[in-house]
Amino acid sequence: MELHLNDKKIINQLQGGFPICENPWSELEQTLEIPADEIISRIERMKSEGLLSRFGPMYHAEKMGGGLTLAAMKVDTSRYDEVTNVVNSFSEVAHNYEREHELNMWFVIATESPEQIQQVISEIEQKTGIRVYNMPKKHEFFLNLKFEV
Amino acid sequence: MSLQKDDYKLDDVDKRIISATQSGLPLTIRPYHDVAEQIGMDVKDVISRMQNMTELGVIRRTGIVPNHYKLGFRSNGMSVWQVPEEKIIQLGEKVGALDFVSHCYQRPRFLPEWPYNLFAMVHGTTHEEVDNKVKQISELLADDDYGHQILFSTRILKKTGLRI
Repeated sequence: MELHLNDKKIINQLQGGFPICENPWSELEQTLEIPADEIISRIERMKSEGLLSRFGPMYHAEKMGGGLTLAAMKVDTSRYDEVTNVVNSFSEVAHNYEREHELNMWFVIATESPEQIQQVISEIEQKTGIRVYNMPKKHEFFLNLKFEV
Repeated sequence: MSLQKDDYKLDDVDKRIISATQSGLPLTIRPYHDVAEQIGMDVKDVISRMQNMTELGVIRRTGIVPNHYKLGFRSNGMSVWQVPEEKIIQLGEKVGALDFVSHCYQRPRFLPEWPYNLFAMVHGTTHEEVDNKVKQISELLADDDYGHQILFSTRILKKTGLRI
């Protein structure tokens, strides 16, 4: 897929940050040398095409007082769809990926309070009869959120 | 007033701003004015609250988030590493600083079946590219790489934004 040069400039620049101020676009217009209305319409288009998944602030779940963890399960191929439906039915399950490993289902649980993580895990274990491995982060190293295009 | 990172509690005003912006900012010429109007606040207060939450780390950053997959990074490998626990902070910082690693975390092990305590998410356009990048991590860790695996994702089963 080929992106227009201005799309690339916008993606590279705005991953690094969008100013929090009264006239956020005026600074960007100068840096990017693209008029504000064009930047806005390009972001709108890229969002509707699915190239961008978000525009705005990214909040830190734990610092807002919430709970967050990564969990994994070993699911038999014959039960995979059924278990997927159970796990995905929880609104607290944000992302869920099938991965190549004996532990073949990996999902992120996000809750309003840290205590609720264990509740969700217990409910998933009860409903499926399968052990959930709870792997909350113990330490976060540098987060690299920029991808050059 | 100086706020300490650990003892700051979000108040109702912060929460109103969070709920108005957690699914994104409006794509308008004056997005913060529009948020302020929507929740009946002064734009200056919205801005200073959001700047403060950024300083405190409640907002990780504000900007755009690209969809890696759609941008051509089709391969997403979760590399997991068994490294000596007593050196993990130093090793994790080295791995996390690599430009092709998007997330890097220390997580608990489940011995004996799951000995991996360091997770590094590696993105690439192909599995081969991810394999090569994982080799670079292995070389960087050298003797501290007691064993590693790459868990490629084969399907996205669910993907929604985080909600509070």
